[in-house]
Amino acid sequence: MKIEKALLAVIIMALVTYIPRALPIAVFRKEIKSARIKSFLNYVPYAVLGALTFPDVFESTGNVITAVCGTIVAFLLAYYKRSLVVVAAGAIITVFITGLFF
Amino acid sequence: MNIDSKRDLQYGFKRGLPIAIGYLPVSFTFGLMAVNGGLPVWLAIFISLSNLTSAGQFAGTNLIFAGAGLFEIGFTTFIINIRYMLMSLSLSQKIDSKIGVWNRLIFSFGITDETFSVASMEQRKLSSAYMFGLISSPIVGWSLGTALGAMICTALPQSLADAMGIALYGMFIAIIIPPARKSKPVVVILLLSIFIHYCLRYIPAFSFISSGFKVVIATVLSAGIGAILFPMEDKKEESV
Repeated sequence: MKIEKALLAVIIMALVTYIPRALPIAVFRKEIKSARIKSFLNYVPYAVLGALTFPDVFESTGNVITAVCGTIVAFLLAYYKRSLVVVAAGAIITVFITGLFF
Repeated sequence: MNIDSKRDLQYGFKRGLPIAIGYLPVSFTFGLMAVNGGLPVWLAIFISLSNLTSAGQFAGTNLIFAGAGLFEIGFTTFIINIRYMLMSLSLSQKIDSKIGVWNRLIFSFGITDETFSVASMEQRKLSSAYMFGLISSPIVGWSLGTALGAMICTALPQSLADAMGIALYGMFIAIIIPPARKSKPVVVILLLSIFIHYCLRYIPAFSFISSGFKVVIATVLSAGIGAILFPMEDKKEESV
């Protein structure tokens, strides 16, 4: 692909990424009154992250065994409330070490 | 800038910093991939700076390599990013309603899976100073990691590259587990969402649905069922 066309593609990608982010929060100014819709919106983050993580995490390292080990370690570190960085680093190190064996 | 804004900015920045660090290995991998695929270093960095997203820009960049048409590239990226509409709508209820439209248009650029999740877990209404503080370092981290990966460019040992693939998911797990410990509805919604996503992923009848849209369907169904099963009592200015 020519560089001009690639640049144009990137600009289009940027637009279709920005618009879904900006539109609802810019347009929606009022507080939603319905308890149901409020609950729904409050549960969205958990629902999104659950679906984003599973099953993809098991395919993220090219080896299901190392990925499962990394996930377990991440789960345990998170359960004991370690920080984002510690959990991510723990998962990476676990995958790297188990990768030496499997 | 008054004292409250300054405090919010600093607090937001503090909350964003771990996200930025977690982004480094992932964006590093992106930089490597982009340059190895034939893009110039500046364009790889420009992609991260202008897109600021993982799945969407990985997919879009792969389509650029494949020589796909502009419409296909735009459409695929859009479908993957539809989930941001849900996040943006959810955040619209979480931020201070007095925040003006210009500020909203600017800081919404920094809504990612991670910044959204961290912002959602805060216990109070969010100011624009908090939002700017929160998104600033992840934007830098994402571009910086890309720049490093693009310039170093010699591929990492495969074992290390594979291991870094789990970084994003490690962050997701770090975000969801602590609230799940405290709340049964959250556990149920998580399990539901994962179950629905598995069904959509592995039942062949659903193979026509794009991967981004599967995430959206799993999200809407599980959060919707959650809202029916566990409607939250109306507390003023307070949310989960």
